[in-house]
Amino acid sequence: MMKLPDIARLACLLSFLACLPLFALPAWAEGWQPAQLMELLAQKKTGKATFTEKKTIGILDQPVVSSGKLSFTAPDKLEKITLTPQRESLLLDGDTLTIERQGKQPMTVNIKNHPEAAMFIESIRGTLAGDLSALERFYRVELSGAPDHWQLKLTPRQEDAGTVFSSIRIAGSQADVKTIHLEQRDGDQSVMTITPIPGQ
Amino acid sequence: MKPGIRHLPVALWLAAMLACVLVIANTRFVSDLSAFMPRSPSERQQLLIDQLRDGALARLIMIGIEGGDAGERARLSRELGVKLRASGLFVGIQNGDAAMEQRDRLYFFDNRYLLAPDLAAADFTVDGLHAAISDSITALAGDAGLFLKKIFPRDPTGQTLQLLEQFVGKSMPHSEHGAWASVDGQRAVLLAYTRAPGTDTRAQAEAIDAIRQTFAQLPERQADTRILLSGTSVFSVQSRNTIEGEVSKLASASLLLVASLLLLVYRSPRLLALGLLPVLTGALTGIAAVSLSFGQVHGLTLGFGTTLIGEAVDYSIYFYLQRAGQLNQKHFWRTVWLGVSTSIAGFSVLLFSGFPGLAQLGVYSVCGLIAAVLATRYLLPTLLPQQLDLRDLHRFGLAFDGLLNRTARLRWLPLLFAVIAAAVIVQHRGQIWNRNLATLSPISKADQQLDLKLRNDLGAPDLRFMLAFAAPSEELALQGAEKAGAVLRELTQQKLIAGFDSPAFALPSQAAQRARQHSIPDADEMRRRLPQALAGLPVGSDKLQAFLADLQAARDRAPLLRADLDGTSAALLVDSLLFKRSNDTLVLILLRTQDSSADRPLDIDRVQAALEKTGLPHLVVIDLLEESTNLFDDYRHEIFVLAALGCLVICVLLLFALRSAARMLRVTVPLFCAIACVTAVLLASGAQLTILHLVSLLLVVAIGSNYALFFESGGGSDTPEERRRMQVSLVVATTCIIGSFGILALSNIPVLSSIGSTVGLGALFAFVFSMFLSRRVAA
Repeated sequence: MMKLPDIARLACLLSFLACLPLFALPAWAEGWQPAQLMELLAQKKTGKATFTEKKTIGILDQPVVSSGKLSFTAPDKLEKITLTPQRESLLLDGDTLTIERQGKQPMTVNIKNHPEAAMFIESIRGTLAGDLSALERFYRVELSGAPDHWQLKLTPRQEDAGTVFSSIRIAGSQADVKTIHLEQRDGDQSVMTITPIPGQ
Repeated sequence: MKPGIRHLPVALWLAAMLACVLVIANTRFVSDLSAFMPRSPSERQQLLIDQLRDGALARLIMIGIEGGDAGERARLSRELGVKLRASGLFVGIQNGDAAMEQRDRLYFFDNRYLLAPDLAAADFTVDGLHAAISDSITALAGDAGLFLKKIFPRDPTGQTLQLLEQFVGKSMPHSEHGAWASVDGQRAVLLAYTRAPGTDTRAQAEAIDAIRQTFAQLPERQADTRILLSGTSVFSVQSRNTIEGEVSKLASASLLLVASLLLLVYRSPRLLALGLLPVLTGALTGIAAVSLSFGQVHGLTLGFGTTLIGEAVDYSIYFYLQRAGQLNQKHFWRTVWLGVSTSIAGFSVLLFSGFPGLAQLGVYSVCGLIAAVLATRYLLPTLLPQQLDLRDLHRFGLAFDGLLNRTARLRWLPLLFAVIAAAVIVQHRGQIWNRNLATLSPISKADQQLDLKLRNDLGAPDLRFMLAFAAPSEELALQGAEKAGAVLRELTQQKLIAGFDSPAFALPSQAAQRARQHSIPDADEMRRRLPQALAGLPVGSDKLQAFLADLQAARDRAPLLRADLDGTSAALLVDSLLFKRSNDTLVLILLRTQDSSADRPLDIDRVQAALEKTGLPHLVVIDLLEESTNLFDDYRHEIFVLAALGCLVICVLLLFALRSAARMLRVTVPLFCAIACVTAVLLASGAQLTILHLVSLLLVVAIGSNYALFFESGGGSDTPEERRRMQVSLVVATTCIIGSFGILALSNIPVLSSIGSTVGLGALFAFVFSMFLSRRVAA
């Protein structure tokens, strides 16, 4: 009944969504156009990986590090399980995000209820679905580097819509996503290093 | 006869009617469910009644906006919200408004140290601070880290997140374009809480009008957009209007029908008007009697009671038609009095009902019938012309008599029907009764569906489980809520409940707030402790100065009062759960269940037992759904017993009056057959019986007993001529009853249509069966 402070959920959502695109990068095709990249992204159906995430936060004297597992099932199911320093799990299934933290009751939010997040996730989904036009509605998309060392940079188009992030950079080599680099407007950043689990 | 004596009945009647009109003019008419609530309720029932009448539910109006596109609906929702908030008629309007959400956030964040449920001095020791801050740093590494860092400098111990924990598990509406929307996105939805109590139907009507008018006047509104309203108060206002509208519409229709029919027979408007006098007399006397004995009259009593009085029209029919011949006055009136007595015997058992609605019906019918028959007996003869020039129904009488004689052989037929009916009833056993209290509400099915739809859209509060207790003052009430809250937190951890909503979440008791303030060390002490607490952590105390400032502000400020909540949705939480009553304060705490779809999602006895240790007096845990179902069962059981008693009383009365068991059976058996058949037809057509059906069956007995008695007594004379006359009068009377109740059966208010079909059908059965079984076969 009460609309409650739910920024925490929103934040979980945003940081979580940031790792969506990484699984979707298949073997590289010739040519180096976002459109072709998108086409390939749409073909990747499942993926599993481990991650290490290092957050550099201005208020803290040193970065904080977490690690865990990721798994993705096309078209819209993504799971992020953090194992250290504290167990947490995020499961996005369609529009429903379920957040579980150690010792707490799970909570479920509908991402549609958070317009900023919804915009964000729709854009990411655009990436996964290979829908470049949807992506370009919200972001400027830049692709650079070479197949062995590529970088996809997403910059929010609207000033206010980007609120949290100033840019999202996804780097990889061939079909492997190596890092996701989130940069926040206040200069804080998070770098997630991803190692695909072999055989996936 | 001297003129003075001749006019005495008229004068007495006029005086009595004047008195009745005066009483009625000062009568309060009510139309809520109160009539169906017991007169001496248990503690839990009282709670149920209070909630239905004036709980959060009773003040809640659900609003839907349809048409246009999603953006337009959201805009209308926002503008409607702004205007309605400004109207002052509402405690609050919720529509997902960003400004209110912002205020909510600020309220909980800014006051986190006063609101924190278990803030203690230990939290501010060097060790306590160290543990809490290092937990927060761990959280910064987690998924929510990039958000939490924003509040970390002011809230490094994670107090805000602990507060949020209390609200986990609440469902919230979806949001589109910055306003709440239905799941399918086709409607914008809002919640309004009226300032006026739910019992104040007039103020509720004003609030509802205000919503409609404000919406209608919103600037640049697209023409195809429309507003939908639902909720208890909408229902009670609407049902008052619908009942009034429907009753008057149906009453005029059936009056018209009966009047045309009688006019056909009487051939004189004057006779017709005089013939309706007993009905009028009975209705006025009945209402006045109810008003005098109960202080108010329920709308349904009015509607239903007036149909009971419909029996009175029969008296004048019998009187006219049978008087037209050489009436054996003594014999005729004896039969009429006996008929009235059986009706009264049947209805008088209602007087003993523990439910005011039924007792009101009892008073209404008993007093109304007596008045009606007195008017027929003493008023009509003085006003009627000496010679009645009625339509000659002689030939019809002969034909009908012939038909009756031929059917005399088929006496076994009603009994056969009754046996078949009994078989049908037995076949439906276990699903005979409708146990839902809502079936008594005069709300159309369409409106009930709309209500359900909006309720789902809004994820509107499921107010099924709650606990309640009273305390002498608001402060003590909140302290009690905190005590209960401590136990409920344990139950939440044990997963017995999924969570709870307490007014103390948003407005803690002054005592608790002071204790929390007291647990915060002073500024110098905190400045000394913090650096020690931060030893070994990757954050310096220079970065946490805002934390120290916030702590001191919380420590030094005046404790929060209700007024501090204004403009937040937390105000609604408090207002809907904390009720000031004349001499105490009632506290409600809503319990959320793990799985609300389960048949019995919560073991309230376990919750109650766990809460006993709080020592709060008169603490009650209640399942409103179960309570209302139980109440309904009680109600049904009671009327069932009363109806059976009524039948018994009627049998005994007839046994004494007729001085013969055989004659008594000849009168009563057709009635019982009729009841069995109506019940069977209703069940076979898929209906489930409610108490109103039972009351209707009682009316069938009352009306049918007249038919049976007249058939049995031969109409006051043994001459075939008189008997035929009597039979014709019964045909006319039955046609009137069936016609008027048949019209009632067409009503789209479920309550009225069930009465109509039961009585209409019952009267038909009773007439036909009496014709077969009660009538003396001509020698």
